[in-house]
Amino acid sequence: MAGIPHDHYEPKTSGEKWLHRRLPIVGILYDTIMIPTPKNLNWMWIWGIVLTFCLALQIVTGIVLVMHYTPDTNLAFASVEHIMRNVNGGFMIRYLHANGASLFFVAVYLHIFRGLYYGSYKEPREVTWIIGILIYLLMMGTAFMGYVLPWGQMSFWGATVITGLFGAIPLIGEPIQTWLLGGPAVDNYTLTRFFSLHYLMPFIIAALVVVHIWAFHTTGNNNPTGVEVRRGSKAEAQKDTVPFWPYYVIKDLFALAVILAVFFAIVGFMPNYLGHPDNYIEANPLVTPTHIVPEWYFLPFYAILRAFTSEVWVVQIASFITGGIIDAKFFGVLAMFGAIAVMALAPWLDTSAVRSGRYRPMFKAWFALLCVDFMVLMWLGAMPAEEPYASFSLIASAYWFGYFLVILPLLGVIEKPLPQPETIEADFAAHKAKTGGSKTLVEPAE
Amino acid sequence: MFKQLAIAAATSLALSGGAVLAAGGEGHIEDFDFSFEGPFGTYDQNQLQRGLKIYTEVCAGCHGLKQVPLRTLSSEDGLGLPEDQMRAYAETYEVFDAELDDYRPARPTDHFPANTGVGAPDLSLMAKARAGFHGPYGTGINQFLKGIGGPEYIASLLLGYTGEEKTEAGVTLYENTAFPGGWISMAPPLYGEDVDFDDGHDNDLHHEAMDVAAFLMWAAEPKMMARKEAGFTAVLFLTVLSVLLYVTNKRIWAPLKGKKTP
Repeated sequence: MAGIPHDHYEPKTSGEKWLHRRLPIVGILYDTIMIPTPKNLNWMWIWGIVLTFCLALQIVTGIVLVMHYTPDTNLAFASVEHIMRNVNGGFMIRYLHANGASLFFVAVYLHIFRGLYYGSYKEPREVTWIIGILIYLLMMGTAFMGYVLPWGQMSFWGATVITGLFGAIPLIGEPIQTWLLGGPAVDNYTLTRFFSLHYLMPFIIAALVVVHIWAFHTTGNNNPTGVEVRRGSKAEAQKDTVPFWPYYVIKDLFALAVILAVFFAIVGFMPNYLGHPDNYIEANPLVTPTHIVPEWYFLPFYAILRAFTSEVWVVQIASFITGGIIDAKFFGVLAMFGAIAVMALAPWLDTSAVRSGRYRPMFKAWFALLCVDFMVLMWLGAMPAEEPYASFSLIASAYWFGYFLVILPLLGVIEKPLPQPETIEADFAAHKAKTGGSKTLVEPAE
Repeated sequence: MFKQLAIAAATSLALSGGAVLAAGGEGHIEDFDFSFEGPFGTYDQNQLQRGLKIYTEVCAGCHGLKQVPLRTLSSEDGLGLPEDQMRAYAETYEVFDAELDDYRPARPTDHFPANTGVGAPDLSLMAKARAGFHGPYGTGINQFLKGIGGPEYIASLLLGYTGEEKTEAGVTLYENTAFPGGWISMAPPLYGEDVDFDDGHDNDLHHEAMDVAAFLMWAAEPKMMARKEAGFTAVLFLTVLSVLLYVTNKRIWAPLKGKKTP
């Protein structure tokens, strides 16, 4: 790997040399596992391992579930009950898979917000960030299609509402919706293609995860100070870093074990808490549930989607200018995808020269508000579309866009950042080490 | 400062509005204590067997349990009926056999029959398809403490009839304090002393409602006890693993942090 200077794999035995000349796979694995990693990473840097574990868990449990599941509208619901009642350990596999999706999203949101706070998206890690957003989008697609498979009421009506969003796109909307569904409405042809894609997409995610890791192994990890590892010489780099193995492997595994203890407590003792009771009712195209609510991890963006009704002046102006092409429904769809798009553009919207939020006093407050905003949006997404929730949704959505489009660009200009440590070594000495530690951040370590 | 106050005021106003809404839209669900609640809660075999009797003699008149295989009545994690009793019970049902092209007595491998005669919903998953508790403010956080409330919903519904009736578009509706909207088309199924138990157990309305709710929870989640056991074992092992990894991690990092190696 390019970037931080470190020791590379040297084949020693004749067997190793033989293989290395033909396929340097051991060398690649060695360099990956021994990658120099900033030694001051805090506990927010554990989510990568948790996410990798989640992907593996979902693929393994998913493959087993497929052995017993039947993708047919007449049989799907009963086949899930067959898994729950007749398949050995089937209830556990299914609950692990269903709750595994929630763990996956808890981890990805914390991972994303860690990146937003410590400026992990900034130069030179924009490609890592963009690939991460792509993975997140694919995760949402996969989770959405997976939720349709049990063929409960929320599966059916969730699929109807979400695919209906694409129908809101002017002119090409309806053909796209029909193409996605495989026909005029959610039916057997929808279920079979969602099943196929739900099986395919995790493998695309896995491939993108490899590229994601490749990208940040090229640039090196960010760290809580946002100060880059010194790369002048190997000796210099070694003062700022430790090899990934064993230091971070063990640390991450410890964190993973703690998180899994909580996860298994949820799976074992309250596995349906995060699901919707209506999904234990078999899908019925003739009965619409009173409230159609997506899974919790979609709620913030669902709230943004619903916030822009035809009474909102921005929507009215957009509708007037475009001669009615952008109506309220289409505006909502644009806003929902726009909310993720502005996040993807963060590397270019953030004008501050300082990477880490730790040294940005004004940024800290706005970022904290963004976290609150996200939670509020999540709550609002589950509320009925009526007052006062509609107005709250509008305010909360406005802040989401305001943060990325106004606050991030402005802060870089008006904010006076705090002094940053000169090196990671200095920060580590000040924060982590018992001896030689000093409270002054700028004090050189040498 | 004023801005914050205004936001706080607006929020509290909105939240109280939500509470009123919830009270109006949803019925009242009593938080009953069931033996199977909590991480170590287990099914009460006698209660489940009483519930089966109530289901068979009352509910099965209109409802089905089409997802539940009859053989699972013998499961030790559930009702624990002896093999011969379970077989005898199965034979009380007639099922259609496509190969015979005729009806025959049900075998243990068959399911409880579906019952769509009067359009009553199937009860196989009813205890998981209803939530008793939604608050506070629609967040559902109190389900952490009380459980989701499916069996509580069923028991509350059976106890919630006020005796008032009305006819709407030719359909008789019965007032019920637990049912969302307050009016349900199901006539009161239980009045108390509907079923006599061999052991002379109480058969007043309250006991009957609790027993049949417990039975329906089992029907919806027959592997609950195995699941809790698996969860407990996993948490135990992961806790031990966490401690070991914590100590390992401490030791590995100690030299870097200038601490003595423990």
